[in-house]
Amino acid sequence: MNEDMIVCRCEDITLKELRDLIAEGYTTLDEIKRALRLGMGPCQGNICLEIAAREICKMTDKKMEDIKMPSKRPPISGIKMSELVGDNQNEK
Amino acid sequence: MRNKAEIVIIGGGVIGACIAYNLAHKGMKDIVVLEKNYIASGSTGSCGAGIRQQWGTEMNCLLSKKSMEIFENMNESLKVKRDIELKQGGYLLLAYSEKEFKQFKENIKLQNSIDIPSQLLTVKEAKEIVPQLNIDGVKGATYCSTDGHANPFRVNQAYVEAAKRKGVQFYTYTRAQDIVTQNDEIKSVVTDRGVIETNKVVNAAGGFSKEVSLMAGIDIPTKSERHQILVTEQVNPILKPMVMSFSYNIYCQQIPDGSFVMGYGDPDEQHSHNIKSSWQFLEKMAKKSTYLLPFLKDIRVIRQWAGLYNVTPDAQPILDESDKLKGFFMAVGFSGHGFMIAPFTGVLMAEMILGERLSMDIKLDVKRFEHDRLILEPSVV
Repeated sequence: MNEDMIVCRCEDITLKELRDLIAEGYTTLDEIKRALRLGMGPCQGNICLEIAAREICKMTDKKMEDIKMPSKRPPISGIKMSELVGDNQNEK
Repeated sequence: MRNKAEIVIIGGGVIGACIAYNLAHKGMKDIVVLEKNYIASGSTGSCGAGIRQQWGTEMNCLLSKKSMEIFENMNESLKVKRDIELKQGGYLLLAYSEKEFKQFKENIKLQNSIDIPSQLLTVKEAKEIVPQLNIDGVKGATYCSTDGHANPFRVNQAYVEAAKRKGVQFYTYTRAQDIVTQNDEIKSVVTDRGVIETNKVVNAAGGFSKEVSLMAGIDIPTKSERHQILVTEQVNPILKPMVMSFSYNIYCQQIPDGSFVMGYGDPDEQHSHNIKSSWQFLEKMAKKSTYLLPFLKDIRVIRQWAGLYNVTPDAQPILDESDKLKGFFMAVGFSGHGFMIAPFTGVLMAEMILGERLSMDIKLDVKRFEHDRLILEPSVV
């Protein structure tokens, strides 16, 4: 598999960066998230966390069901500050 | 797991990791750090990531200045694998009353006397540094160009890795459950993975400092309270300094990756270990920040989180050995500014633990609360 492949599109993280980190001993998603910012972008890890979980399983003896997903944090998707303050003049 | 250690440090946040590193650096062997979750999973990893040297007491100015000097050289001194993302874009502090501005003048005198390069600014000068700033009601400001930001996860991890290279043993996902004492001496620490015999323990448990102290039968006046934060999507660099005000109650900074990180202190927050996010925070934060920096209206909030301030009655930490239990050291109660003073705190704690003369005078003993010797720091959030 091409290791230059982007696994986290929000933060431009490649498969190689992810695998290197797992090889270094980062074997939980919470730790990987904080080291690489993987899953910290606007999509909140909808794509990359699943991929990262699979890679951890491949490289360690963990099984998918052993892998804890990081907390989902609000808001579910991005909200403009103007919407939060009830000022929608800029919104067309 | 080891069953014996020279010292057991409870807490794998930046404080615990930094103390471990400094002890190992000074030659101590058999150091164990216990972390109930993962590295930086508590207050370190949820902090606002700001570093400022603009304080109102000499001790805090020195602690933060010496810490900043360590941050400035950290990539080299700790031989980090991943850059700590230090950004020295400055801190712009806004005063909203003549009284507050007068205090700022005093602070600047003090800061300049120990070579912190801060300066007093007129409203016009503040506007020159942050042209987008809404100056309504602003009476004046101060600015220190060497204040800024570092990535808390990276800094914490850098200390962990440097400490490991010097032989420190970190046990993550390992919970301290009890501290066994006999005749006012520590005998062992009981964990959920086994017992470690030791005569020395460091309480670096952040939001759980009181609970860890109570394991040793020591009560300390620390309490935890939630502080919430939000982060926006990444945009091009447009805001250089951290913009902050005590009276308007806000801090907002654009971090190196381009996102804005901001928060405020809720005066009605109850003491608890709750770290859930609330929509009330989201709304109020948006109102406050867009009033001060109107361009933020077009930027999206993408995530909220919260962490614990571990506060003391005077909002200053406790760096001390217990007078009731020999070998029980405390580095707790940082009251929201532990990350920024962690590097030098680690140096001082290592000196204290090894019985050396401290390289700086501090009056952060736990007895100050009994004897009404509180530290009157005017510039805390």
